[in-house]
Amino acid sequence: MEKTLTTEKANSDRYVQLENVDMTFSTKKGDFNALKNINLSIREGEFVSIIGHSGCGKSTVLNLIAGLTQPTEGLLFCAGREIAGPGPQRAVVFQNHSLLPWLTCYENVYLAVERVFGTSAEKKEPKTQLKTRTNAALELVGLTHATDKRPNEISGGMKQRVGIARALAMEPKVLLLDEPFGALDALTRANLQDELMKIMAKSGCTAVMVTHDVDEAILLSDRVVMMTNGPSAGIGEILEVNLPRPRARLALAEDTDYNHLRSEVLRFLYERHAKKAA
Amino acid sequence: MSAISISKESLKIIMKNKDTILRKKESVTNSEIPKVTGITNNKSSYLNVQVYSFFKWLLPPVFGILMLLAIWTLISHQSPNLPGPLKTWSSAVALFSDPFYDHGPNDKGVGWNIVASLQRVALGFGLAALIGIPLGFIIGRFNFISRMAAPVISLLRPVSPLAWLPIGLLVFKAANPAAIWVIFISAIWPMIINTSVGVSKVPQDYMNVAKVLNLSEWKIFTKILFPFALPYMMTGVRLSIGVAWLVIVAAEMLTGGVGIGFWVWDEWNNLNVEHIIIAIFVVGFVGLLLELALTQIAKKFSYE
Repeated sequence: MEKTLTTEKANSDRYVQLENVDMTFSTKKGDFNALKNINLSIREGEFVSIIGHSGCGKSTVLNLIAGLTQPTEGLLFCAGREIAGPGPQRAVVFQNHSLLPWLTCYENVYLAVERVFGTSAEKKEPKTQLKTRTNAALELVGLTHATDKRPNEISGGMKQRVGIARALAMEPKVLLLDEPFGALDALTRANLQDELMKIMAKSGCTAVMVTHDVDEAILLSDRVVMMTNGPSAGIGEILEVNLPRPRARLALAEDTDYNHLRSEVLRFLYERHAKKAA
Repeated sequence: MSAISISKESLKIIMKNKDTILRKKESVTNSEIPKVTGITNNKSSYLNVQVYSFFKWLLPPVFGILMLLAIWTLISHQSPNLPGPLKTWSSAVALFSDPFYDHGPNDKGVGWNIVASLQRVALGFGLAALIGIPLGFIIGRFNFISRMAAPVISLLRPVSPLAWLPIGLLVFKAANPAAIWVIFISAIWPMIINTSVGVSKVPQDYMNVAKVLNLSEWKIFTKILFPFALPYMMTGVRLSIGVAWLVIVAAEMLTGGVGIGFWVWDEWNNLNVEHIIIAIFVVGFVGLLLELALTQIAKKFSYE
């Protein structure tokens, strides 16, 4: 009894795991070693941010977890299984939303819902159920009024919401976010961050987010993974964010713990691993 | 691919320019006229601007056509065998007063000849679309097949359409299928190439979505490849129909029967030069109509 409990705990402590991951891209100028010896364990239900200067390979880490790229060396696991390729249990919110422009918001989400819940032989859900799921996902991100609009008829923030709705509607084990708010203005970004926090608290799913925004990383995460500069980038430090949840943006601005964490990350990025001007 | 898309682009620019001229004129008249006359009727000045911009839009093409007619008249004065515009016009009026007469297989009205040509083009072009578009999708989707098709396409595409005619005559042992064959083989390339280019240009982002969702090949085709490649495909279709209409005249000159190309050759044998000139205008006009129709259809299919 005691033993099974500990192994279960160990499993949930290492829900997503990267073991000695190396990534080398072959380019025209020869091989480029982007990542070297990455080791990272992510707990079930944890929100982890990966932060680093641009070009340090943080998006590559995310693509590896998504299964969109295969590591040159090392192993990746999710829920005790090796990650062999992309799949809907690891949903991705893409940086540029990647909605299909010829489908409405509803159809974009429905495409994902239909694939996950409407095609597998053992648990094929009826159409009404799929519709309910789609509408629920759009409601979750507050877009019930725009379901029949095409992506080019709505704002950037709304597009990103649809992207989040599409990912969440798949009920993934892990949500992967690739600079999800990078292309948005500061106000929209803050709004969506607050909403994402609420949604994540409700769904309780594991999340990995790539960002270059220090405040965003600390506000949303349980841990912040700071990466050193490439080539051969690695994990420099991991910062535990022990701020109580729910977190309020305004209250945190005055919080000493928050500001301490913030300066820790800034010191890492701009003193110890400052990027030389290109 | 470029010739027609450029002309479409430049048309857009012209339309935009017209708009800007219109707006500039509006603001100029609204702000300047009151200074000069004190009180003016804004409505009438707006109407003036409308009329002005309409003429500004209309005049250049009218000048172009007038110039063509002038050069034509000039040449016809130098060379007495070439009928001038007026003579051709009166001949055209007579011709089009009864376009659908039928005096046996070798003497049919110009209307029947056009219909016969259009039928051939529709058949040849339709077959080319039926085979060329799916082939384009397969070539664009699978790298191996693309590499396989590349040398064949590069080798066969530059061949003059009429070089295929003897092969057609040999295989089909009849003139009409041979003409359709020539249309088919010359119309298929733009559709294959444009469709495959469209499919191969699908952004990696969309394919990543497909990968993350684990979409089936059928879903990838219907939800991503087809909608994305559709505008490219329509460009190919438009170019193809242009080529098909271009080739039909030459093909029919060689094969005979009923058709606008054969009709031109027949009138040349009769030394009826007015009718040849009329045929040139008719061919141009029908080609223009086909192009316009397909442009309209292409617009309908655009998701932007």
